Amino acid sequence: MKSFDVIIIGGGVVGTAIARELSKYKIRIGLLEKETELAFGVSKSNSGIIHPGTQNPANSLKGKLCVQGNLLTRRIAKELGIDFQEVGELIVAFNEEERLRLLQLKKEGEILGVPRLNIVDQEWLKKHEPNLSLKIVAALHAPTAGIISPYRMAYDLSENAVKNGVEIFTSAKVENIKATPVENIGREFAFEINTSTKMFKSKYIVNAAGLFADEIAGMMGIDDFKITPRKGEEFLLDKKRENITNHLIFPLPSKTSKGVLVIKTSDGNPMIGPTAEDVTDKKDVSTSDEGLQKVLFSVKRLVPSIKGEDIIAYFAGLRPVSGDDFIIRHEESVPGCITVAGIQSPGLSAAPAIAAMVKDLLKATGLRLRRKLFFQKHRNKTTHLFAQPLWKTKKTIQEDADFGDIVCRCEMVSAKEVKEAIKRGAKTLDGIKFRTRAGAGRCHGGFCTTKLMKILSQETGKPLTKITKRGPGTEMIKKDRADG
Amino acid sequence: MNKKIICIECPQGCDLMLDIQDGKLVSVIGNKCAKGEAYAAAEIQNPMRILTSTVLAENMSFKMVPVKTSKPIPKAKIKEAMKAIKKIRLNRIVLIGDVIAENLLGLEVNLIATRDC
Amino acid sequence: MVERELVIVGGGPAGMAAAITADENGVKDILLLERDQYLGGILNQCIHPGFGLDYFNEVLTGPEYADRFIKKIKNIPEIEISLKTFAVKLTQDKIITYIKPGTMESIKAKAVIMATGCRERTREMVHVAGTRPSGVYSAGLAQKLINIEGLLPGKKIVIVGSGDIGLIMARRFVLEGAKVEAVIEVEKQPSGLVRNVVQCLEDFDIPLFCGHRVSGIFGQDRVEKVCVVQVDDMLNDLPETCFEINCDTVLFSVGLIQENELIEMAGVKINKKTNTTDVPGMFVCGNAFKIYDLADTVTEDSSIAGIQAAEYLERLI
Repeated sequence: MKSFDVIIIGGGVVGTAIARELSKYKIRIGLLEKETELAFGVSKSNSGIIHPGTQNPANSLKGKLCVQGNLLTRRIAKELGIDFQEVGELIVAFNEEERLRLLQLKKEGEILGVPRLNIVDQEWLKKHEPNLSLKIVAALHAPTAGIISPYRMAYDLSENAVKNGVEIFTSAKVENIKATPVENIGREFAFEINTSTKMFKSKYIVNAAGLFADEIAGMMGIDDFKITPRKGEEFLLDKKRENITNHLIFPLPSKTSKGVLVIKTSDGNPMIGPTAEDVTDKKDVSTSDEGLQKVLFSVKRLVPSIKGEDIIAYFAGLRPVSGDDFIIRHEESVPGCITVAGIQSPGLSAAPAIAAMVKDLLKATGLRLRRKLFFQKHRNKTTHLFAQPLWKTKKTIQEDADFGDIVCRCEMVSAKEVKEAIKRGAKTLDGIKFRTRAGAGRCHGGFCTTKLMKILSQETGKPLTKITKRGPGTEMIKKDRADG
Repeated sequence: MNKKIICIECPQGCDLMLDIQDGKLVSVIGNKCAKGEAYAAAEIQNPMRILTSTVLAENMSFKMVPVKTSKPIPKAKIKEAMKAIKKIRLNRIVLIGDVIAENLLGLEVNLIATRDC
Repeated sequence: MVERELVIVGGGPAGMAAAITADENGVKDILLLERDQYLGGILNQCIHPGFGLDYFNEVLTGPEYADRFIKKIKNIPEIEISLKTFAVKLTQDKIITYIKPGTMESIKAKAVIMATGCRERTREMVHVAGTRPSGVYSAGLAQKLINIEGLLPGKKIVIVGSGDIGLIMARRFVLEGAKVEAVIEVEKQPSGLVRNVVQCLEDFDIPLFCGHRVSGIFGQDRVEKVCVVQVDDMLNDLPETCFEINCDTVLFSVGLIQENELIEMAGVKINKKTNTTDVPGMFVCGNAFKIYDLADTVTEDSSIAGIQAAEYLERLI
């Protein structure tokens, strides 16, 4: 049995942000993830927006943590070598009535502390967003909105956390938790955690299990919240359309979502979506014809030149919804358990602030946090050919010939980058794709899949028949001729 | 008896109308070349196909060596031929045209490599 | 910067034919860039017969057809072959930047022939709804897995689209011991050659559903089933005709598209009628120019591009 001071359940962007935050202190931390790789749950379908903090209810955790998170994300991105682009966002109005709502949003945003909000007129829009619909009369400009890769964020946070002593266990699905009341929280092991692979005990539990946070809570007798999955279908456009907008484009928000957006991504491909549909099945990530029609219809209103033919990929994600706000609290009924649930939008933006809040909660319950003298806060930036200019690539290849061995032609990813991703923890084709973009382009892996499978097989020693898309059950191959 | 078939000898894919009496081909119409007639005759008596596949090479730079039958083989023998082909293991460099297996299934047809490997 | 007379991007049937005819027409310095480790392009995985009937007047397989050109090219000293070489940029000044293991170079060409081929349209391009399990492949990828790597990607197959590669793969799967449950084609007629419908489907009793489309792919980890629905003349679904087919693999053979991103990025326009572009001395041939049914026709048309490039270079002197 492995024992830790704190066990974090859930290896999405929230769990990894918490792990990294706590790794600054002299405590033993374990992180459990049920999937084969980190960020394979809610985080993988995140749209990568770092929100400025607008569109959140007053006095909400969402609003407060989003504004803080927006600032913290920039610092973390610098420390970990993750690309963060402050592209700004525009919430658009089609008529006078909507323009008045913009003013209201601006006021609300300013109360939450969102900086530099301003209303821009049609003339400004024509100059800065020439592809926007001419029917748009004004927009609320939030210059501090930005974009980041949600999965690279999770991977880089976890890598840095590991460097600072955190132990990560993937394919470790929590099956039951035994919570024993203890006299001294923080001194004694209050929790015994049984997973599909190993047993653990810990003094504290941080429940950041995303869609399954209610089930984890239920194992400890906490049953006052439920997670309802809210499905969002997203559609990725060809990189050729990278500059179709210069900002993130939002319609006015509705009650259940921020609406269907035109999203710039740090991978280059614009994204359109998401839809918002409450579902019951936590595994239902199917897309529908209706979803596509709805998204296309909605974004054409914003940017009329977007076409169905521009779409090269689509997927659906599930937002872990529980009421209107995040639930982040210490469970008085189960001392030592911190719940981090209902982290839907703006969860990615808020993640670093959530991590800081969890740290404070742990401290308040008695966890002794002494800073490490040698916390390694920096991480060397991963080289991605697609993210650097060609003159630099020339140097990169001269230094390491493997960078000149291009495996994914659509996204220009080299064998070196793929091998590096595997070294950093990629175990599956999706894991490679999320880290490097290999297979994420317009041919959808038609050309590079065999090469990626072979590299994965060589680097991990697994036979080709055991290479998977995203874990057990998703093997790519049924039979190898060499096996007779 | 009349029977309609499509000639597969070339990409033109002619629609052939066959007149068959007592299991024998009496006449063909619709073919644009002589190959059509021969094809029709064979289709009635014993349809023949060239079989292409791959053979496993062991510890060579190529894992699979593409092969074909040197002549068409009876369609009915394709399954059996595939079984035999899958059993072959190559451990030498082969050149295009090299015989990989002689007299496959006793059909007086050789299996030959279609690429330098 | 190094200057070259003629640079050809792509060493498949188009690029090879262009290189050979350019040489025959007097070009003394030809550089042929190929991203793969072999010449021949997609022909290498097309191990089935059906090539060369027009051009050589004999029945050849893809690798055999390619071999004739590869051997010829290797004997022409004026043609320099650069393998594992990936062109990343092209400019209107005919400067080509390419990457290969260990190096990145930019060269200035007097004439350029782009023969970069095509790619397959994907599930995403035809917008098939449902889940994203393992077991969804393009027909060409399945062809590569089976023919080059010796790996069988599935055992119960449904093929979407009746393009030639899809039909040929239907037969190939059966020969390898898999079961092909159906081929689903949205149009009223199969899109591949009739001979392939006969020798790949009918020979093996594989059902072909024309006027139907796959409306959804389902399965959590691996493909479990597809939903098929009949469509009317306007290609609208007839919902009451919906049925399911259990399978573990879905293959897409829904057409090819030219892969000429380099030309597009350079802002160069292709002249639709000839192999030329709006940049003098820059030519496009093969599937990068337009999608062909037969490799033989690619060879014939690409030879013309080789002649055009030679004539252009002659005029420069």
